[in-house]
Amino acid sequence: MSDPVATTAFDTRPDTSVPTESPLAWSYHETGCPGVSQKSRVVLRERAMLGHLILRGGAIALDEALREVLGLALPARPGGLNHDSEGVRSIQWLSPDEWLVIVPGGEAFALEQRLRNALGGAHYAIVDVSGGQTLIELEGEAARELLMKSTPYDVHPANFPVGKGVTTVFAKATAIVRRPTEDRWELVVRRSFADYCYRWLLDAGEEYGVGVEA
Amino acid sequence: MFHIYCPYCEELREEEEFHPKGQAHIARPVDPEACSDEEWGDYLFFRDNPRGIHHELWVHAVGCRKFFNITRNTVSYEILETYRMGEQPRFTAGHPEGKPAEQVAAEAEAVSRQEGVKA
Repeated sequence: MSDPVATTAFDTRPDTSVPTESPLAWSYHETGCPGVSQKSRVVLRERAMLGHLILRGGAIALDEALREVLGLALPARPGGLNHDSEGVRSIQWLSPDEWLVIVPGGEAFALEQRLRNALGGAHYAIVDVSGGQTLIELEGEAARELLMKSTPYDVHPANFPVGKGVTTVFAKATAIVRRPTEDRWELVVRRSFADYCYRWLLDAGEEYGVGVEA
Repeated sequence: MFHIYCPYCEELREEEEFHPKGQAHIARPVDPEACSDEEWGDYLFFRDNPRGIHHELWVHAVGCRKFFNITRNTVSYEILETYRMGEQPRFTAGHPEGKPAEQVAAEAEAVSRQEGVKA
């Protein structure tokens, strides 16, 4: 009998020496990136090539495996977002049986294999979606105002505390909006919507002197 | 615009995030082969169009992507309740002010005993 882990998981980035392009590479080239200046009240930064994994299954089995492998607890409540002590690995609630794990680039495949080993015969699914989405960071005093112009979701601190993340409408696309720290917001957008969202953010952020750290 | 309470996300969201999917609680015939053409046609194509309380299926398309039910008044557009799949409505045409609490509890108990409803 073949090893179930070996047959169901494959490395989407087997060789990191192969040149890769961020989903915004074309946007930087075509639209350009305004620099950060003294007047910038919001700074945009893409965190490209991170490892994104979708976990599906029962909360109890996934929680046990995740604690064992990553030392992270599964957010049980809707909208929950947990970070590890370094703040670089995160897990977010997406729906009652679905979670999004984001880890530094290159870690996703090893993590997927360790999770599969830890989960054993449990009923679950793990999908590596790293190539399908990208993460855009917004930082600065006007970041919340910029979001207020872009999404119908209430981003007031009373409704959107640190450690929350929701999937909602962003401009005319959809995005996951997350708030990992007090002054930083994250958008997880589809690769195919990345250029649209980037240009929307530049347009909407013009009045705040938006700058891009490429 | 509706402001809809998603029973899975457990908060109010904009209508933009949802799609209506038609009438709720339509049970597929247990044995389709034994249906008459009329019964099968009713199941496939014919829907209620009541004036007043109506149970509808909606999906939180941009969000948790789960299906759930809404009880809505088609005259006033008021949303009386939203409830998860497998649950029974509290507001019905027979109980426009809501069923008594003990009846709701008894129905919830009956549903929870059905196999597969509890994850």
